Amino acid sequence: MKRSIALSVNGVSHSVEVEPRALLAQVLRDDLNLTGTHIGCDTSQCGACTIHLNGRATKSCTVLAVQAEGAEITTIEGLAKNGALHPLQNAFWEKHGLQCGFCTPGMIMSAADLLASNGSPSDEQIRHAIEGNLCRCTGYQNIVAAIKSAASA
Amino acid sequence: MIPASFDYVRAKSLRDALNAIGTDGTKVLAGGHSLIPMMRFRLAQPGRLLDIGQLAELKGIDLKGRGARIGAGTSYRELLDSPELAERYPLIAEATRGIGDVQVRNRGTIGGGLAHADPASDMPAVMLALGATFNLRSKGGKRSVAAADFFTGAFTTALASDELLIDIALPAPPKKAGMAYASFEQKASGYAIAAAAAVVTKSRKTITGVTLALTGVGDRAYLADASGAVGSHGDDAALEAAVANVTKGIDVNGDIHASVEYRSHLARVVARRAIALALSRAG
Ligand SMILES: Cc1cc2nc3c(=O)[nH]c(=O)nc-3n(C[C@H](O)[C@H](O)[C@H](O)COP(=O)(O)OP(=O)(O)OC[C@H]3O[C@@H](n4cnc5c(N)ncnc54)[C@H](O)[C@@H]3O)c2cc1C
Ligand code: FES
Ligand code: FES
Repeated sequence: MKRSIALSVNGVSHSVEVEPRALLAQVLRDDLNLTGTHIGCDTSQCGACTIHLNGRATKSCTVLAVQAEGAEITTIEGLAKNGALHPLQNAFWEKHGLQCGFCTPGMIMSAADLLASNGSPSDEQIRHAIEGNLCRCTGYQNIVAAIKSAASA
Repeated sequence: MIPASFDYVRAKSLRDALNAIGTDGTKVLAGGHSLIPMMRFRLAQPGRLLDIGQLAELKGIDLKGRGARIGAGTSYRELLDSPELAERYPLIAEATRGIGDVQVRNRGTIGGGLAHADPASDMPAVMLALGATFNLRSKGGKRSVAAADFFTGAFTTALASDELLIDIALPAPPKKAGMAYASFEQKASGYAIAAAAAVVTKSRKTITGVTLALTGVGDRAYLADASGAVGSHGDDAALEAAVANVTKGIDVNGDIHASVEYRSHLARVVARRAIALALSRAG
């Protein structure tokens, strides 16, 4: 049965009607039209759905929307401030950190979690931090370069 | 895929949770990173989820004294964020770093991993090697179960349907012990095909004690006998002999990732690696 819950997304509170079984990724995309959060698998492995739940990178396909009530949710749409891209978004652009772009929102959200606790990560730390994000196009080299460049921006 | 329909309740306090658990079809939800994937594949279809994920009573790491007490609801991320815990039990940090990925470690809890008892999960072996005791509670009372008696089979534990795992008590590690975790992972999932946790003590150059636990090998994590290493200097031949029988009496799992023969071989390899590495860190 549907119930009404309040979700705080990118600083705005939304009231949505959801079934308990609705996954957060679906509710963000289908109910709130925040389609920057992608869904790339059924097995909690690809990381395309990564958002922040209370500041921590989280696979939104493996969280029920009802579990997220009361938490602060940030999606890729919440990173740019006052029309200015987030340093990670700029760096992915500058360093060609994407090709098809499907993995990019999740990659950036994972990278943002890393940079919040480590301002100058090594290549190895960056690779470890994006272990939960799969990219089918780039071969990762430019993703690592982009994250490194954002760290020093 | 999305899970089959169910009802959802969020526990507001531990007491609330203990009152609600045990009713027909109710399943506890912590981080959800084992349960939700199973529900998405419809391998589990509970009628009701009792969310204990917000309970402050289940979170936290207490390092008073020489042992430790870890709340069941503590996430893997929180374990890694405690340098004090890593200093006292480096084994926990070493194994936890290899669990899933950052996102999984941000949500998954130590209690959920233990209660889920996946035969290939990492934390059960760590708890066995450290001699942990699990404190359980139901509405009617509390009891403690040694890690060695907790895992009863694949995805099954000593937990009764109306019991919650509250916290994990760890004894003080043996003085100057070296610890190590060695895992041979299935690359795509990160789960162990075979992994070993070892705690080793030595006096001068001689090994005086070895506790070894294996996971991924049989239907549950188990303590294996590597006492043959005691009295040796831990040279290759001595360790090779000491781990020769680590799968004895175990119904070794064979699957698409590793045949019975290959997994048995890997069990000996990771056992030897973990003991050798632990020895190099002892003293
Ligand atoms: C992509 C991916 C990769 C992973 N890789 C690994 C890996 O490499 N190694 C590994 O060990 N694990 C791995 N995991 C599993 C992960 O560690 C799990 O999240 C964790 O083990 C379970 O914790 P949870 O809090 O998410 O539990 P939940 O999924 O919420 O619950 C799991 C089970 O435990 C029960 N339960 C939970 N808490 C309690 C409690 N306090 N008392 C009683 N019962 C309780 C629940 O009812 C349920 O049956 C992976 C998971 C994913 C999605
Ligand atoms: S959609 Fe693939 S991990 Fe969430
Ligand atoms: S850019 Fe295409 S999947 Fe990463």
